[in-house]
Amino acid sequence: MTESALTIRNLRKAYDNGFEALKGIDLDVEQGDFFALLGPNGAGKSTTIGILCSLVRKTGGQVKIFGLDIDSRFSEAKKYIGIVPQEFNFNQFEKIYDILVTQAGYFGIPRRLAEQRAEKYLRLLDLWDKRSTQAMMLSGGMKRRLLIARSLVHEPRLLILDEPTAGVDIELRRSMWHFLREINRQGTTIILTTHYLEEAESLCRNVAIIDRGRIVQNTSIKSLLKTLNREVFIFDTRDAIETLPDLGGLPGHLLDEHSFEVEIQKSDSLNGVFDRLSRQGVEIVSMRNKANRLEELFVSLVRANSDEPAAEENEEVA
Amino acid sequence: MSGTEKWIAFITIIVREVRRFLRIWPQTLLPPAITITLYFVIFGTLIGPRIGPMAGFNYIEFVAPGLIMLSVITNSYGNVVSSFYGAKFGKSVEELLVSPVPNYIILTGFVMGGVARGLGVGVIVTLLSLFFTRLNVEHIVVTCSVVFLTSVLFSLAGFINAVFARSFDDISIIPSFVLTPLTYLGGIFYSIDMLPGLWEGVSRANPILYMINAFRFGVLGVSDIDVGWAFLMIGLFIVGLYAYSMYLLVNSKGLRS
Ligand SMILES: Nc1ncnc2c1ncn2[C@@H]1O[C@H](COP(=O)(O)OP(=O)(O)O)[C@@H](O)[C@H]1O
Ligand SMILES: [Mg+2]
Repeated sequence: MTESALTIRNLRKAYDNGFEALKGIDLDVEQGDFFALLGPNGAGKSTTIGILCSLVRKTGGQVKIFGLDIDSRFSEAKKYIGIVPQEFNFNQFEKIYDILVTQAGYFGIPRRLAEQRAEKYLRLLDLWDKRSTQAMMLSGGMKRRLLIARSLVHEPRLLILDEPTAGVDIELRRSMWHFLREINRQGTTIILTTHYLEEAESLCRNVAIIDRGRIVQNTSIKSLLKTLNREVFIFDTRDAIETLPDLGGLPGHLLDEHSFEVEIQKSDSLNGVFDRLSRQGVEIVSMRNKANRLEELFVSLVRANSDEPAAEENEEVA
Repeated sequence: MSGTEKWIAFITIIVREVRRFLRIWPQTLLPPAITITLYFVIFGTLIGPRIGPMAGFNYIEFVAPGLIMLSVITNSYGNVVSSFYGAKFGKSVEELLVSPVPNYIILTGFVMGGVARGLGVGVIVTLLSLFFTRLNVEHIVVTCSVVFLTSVLFSLAGFINAVFARSFDDISIIPSFVLTPLTYLGGIFYSIDMLPGLWEGVSRANPILYMINAFRFGVLGVSDIDVGWAFLMIGLFIVGLYAYSMYLLVNSKGLRS
């Protein structure tokens, strides 16, 4: 078995003000995976990523990158990681070609090769025409692409993107997705953080959901969607019942003598359930949706998404 | 990183630093050239002849080495403090922090950037001074090593200032309130022999005095103080500031939270 691209055990971070941003998280990302770290604002996504690239010091736990423990072999591990931060962090006054060549230099890549890489990735991200432009003159969308190009000049095995499409317009988002899929297909492991469920759904194979510094779910996208498509209802009956009524094969169980719960696919109709219950003489007086933690979280995620303007950093400069 | 990779990273930092101060030359190279020319015109040509000889030299010859050192000191310091603070403020320092470059390479890279500007400006003002006076260097090795080490020292000091700075104001406090006064009182314009006993003693506590005098010794062959002492002191300062800078790079919350 090959070693994981990333292994995190009981990772903790308490910031200086005492705030516990990570309360002991575990994560495994296999090589070649396309992995989403999904969670609302303030969940601890950027803190986790910050620890992976040494900008944030962990206060507990263990992190291994391709088997290299960051406590002892961070310098080696860093060569394998490409990072696309949430906020622009290049020198606004430098030309974008220089930014890429310089970044390659920091990884010890000889000048000639650094120049080839800079050209390759600027072309791939459609920025080659702008190579002599100062970074501050780029539009928001171009700056995002510059971050991606810069993260790739040393050809990392693990690419980590922190909300790469936040505030990016739909068209650019699609083309970035396409690009990332292609990079992943060629063998680069990708981890991205997002608070768009749609993004995780469209791109990723596996997902961890983080909320308030804890991982609340870690599974494949497929089974996550299955979970999300199920709804659990609690039915209250007028008369006491001793056994669970026949639900036509739907999963369910008795809660007490006046209530039971049933699990129903969101796409299924409730009429069938009622018909069946009426036929058995079970009278339902009330019914409620059993809220689960994950559902609540997603409701809040979805709400956060709809509050956000789709393209806050739209192209300003042609 | 292998030795070659570290070397490439080191050169990359220096190239970026040099490119930065060349890009903004009207803020980095031009002001010292104008200032020094004014000094030479005022103290050399206009007032100098009325002051008469100092330590056996024309006044302008006496002040020229100190003025050159003044430029080297302020520019070395100024380069590192503004470049590193700017990188911290604009977050581009993260490009370095996420890369495998070891801390000592980051530090020496920035310091050599400061030295490049300090010495670059030193050469410019030296050439300008030749329009006003002759400079025949007495001890070339002393001259070059003093100017180089002084430049390293103040680049390190600028680095420390930048790590602590939280605003653009913070990067001008030390230059205005510490560096400039110490330099002016460091015997640029006078020989400390001229001071009354108490003030001569106080002046001897000023580290910049040693650097200026050592440099003057290199150029003119005269000094108020022992040049060996000057080297020892500069060396000790460099070691202390280097160690402290490294400590900050590893531990500063301003760089890694
Ligand atoms: N430097 C810091 N000092 C104190 N608290 C911080 C710091 N950075 C982030 N936090 C807090 O940690 C929590 C997680 O932040 P972050 O990891 O940025 O969340 P996310 O990226 O998921 O939106 C938030 O509550 C945030 O306010
Ligand atoms: Mg974040």
